Amino acid sequence: MMCVLILAAAAGAVAAFLILRIWVVLRSRDFTPRESLSILVVAGSGGHTTEILRLLGSLSSAYSPRHYVIADTDEMSANKINSFELDRADRDPSNMYTKYYIHRIPRSREVRQSWPSTVFTTLHSMWLSFPLIHQVKPDLVLCNGPGTCVPICVSALLLGILGIKKVIIVYVESVCRVETLSLSGKILFHLSDYFIVQWPALKEKYPKSVYLGRIV
Amino acid sequence: MKCVFVTVGTTSFDDFIACVSAPDSLQKIESLGYNRLILQIGRGTVVPEPFSTESFTLDVYRYKDSLKEDIRKADLVISHAGAGSCLEALEKGKPLVVVINEKLMNNHQLELAKQLHKEGHLFYCTCSTLPGLLQSMDLSTLKCYPPGQPEKFSAFLDKVVGLQK
Repeated sequence: MMCVLILAAAAGAVAAFLILRIWVVLRSRDFTPRESLSILVVAGSGGHTTEILRLLGSLSSAYSPRHYVIADTDEMSANKINSFELDRADRDPSNMYTKYYIHRIPRSREVRQSWPSTVFTTLHSMWLSFPLIHQVKPDLVLCNGPGTCVPICVSALLLGILGIKKVIIVYVESVCRVETLSLSGKILFHLSDYFIVQWPALKEKYPKSVYLGRIV
Repeated sequence: MKCVFVTVGTTSFDDFIACVSAPDSLQKIESLGYNRLILQIGRGTVVPEPFSTESFTLDVYRYKDSLKEDIRKADLVISHAGAGSCLEALEKGKPLVVVINEKLMNNHQLELAKQLHKEGHLFYCTCSTLPGLLQSMDLSTLKCYPPGQPEKFSAFLDKVVGLQK
């Protein structure tokens, strides 16, 4: 009986501690001035990659090194990323020695995959995302909605919760979301540091989001 | 030589490809004054047979590194509703017809097509209503599309992460 009580109390304490950590990490804003920061970019398939590369294109070379995460079945994104980086290096010689890295993880969900099986594939992705995030320890994670980004962002959050590193999570909802959020958006709205929407109807529905107009 | 460029981006959209390459669709496209149709079919399993007659040419391919050239040469772009495909066509100032894939999750692509149609930048339809739309549409009513402003994003981000110049 005593054992059960002690275990229950211990479980309760751990739970309370975790909740407190999550609350602290989600609330904290990192305002330390800095000259550069490492960025991890989640590139989903097709248009997601196009959109995220447009956003990256506007960022200065202070955002380096750049780590890209793509789904293991996505060759198209790898090509687009390589072209983007080559182009960038061509246009700005000071960028020539900036390194970038492409990492691959399994997809959380294929298009039209059933939801029950999605739970398993997402857990599998989480299992592989955390070691990656732990190894890279980026200053900032940037993503725009593909399923691949949920395990990555949750892993980044976990780094903060475990006291290893506070990672800034920036989520930009895709321009094709005018009235409603994507599933990734609905999940990450509460977990990201900055949640950016591109249409006024979404800003109205989610006042805590950031609206800058159409940015891609 | 007036050209129609059909694109499904990186997706598979068999119903659309089947519909647009059916004999009566091809006839309709030709009757509207076009003599070339290029089908970019992505991951699709429907692969129409390319052909070339005196009056009409049909080209088919899966992917290219960049669709810029094909979009540039087109007089009309008929695209799936993926944001990337739509924006590429609109930014090149091409008349754009968007075909919605009714089988996708929550049909989220419909939101963007509706919004851009509301702003006068494109026409949209489904596979079944495509022939009707091609017949009745007036491309001259379409308005120019202002590009997005990623610099607003970088200004915002630089500020919040504390990047010093």
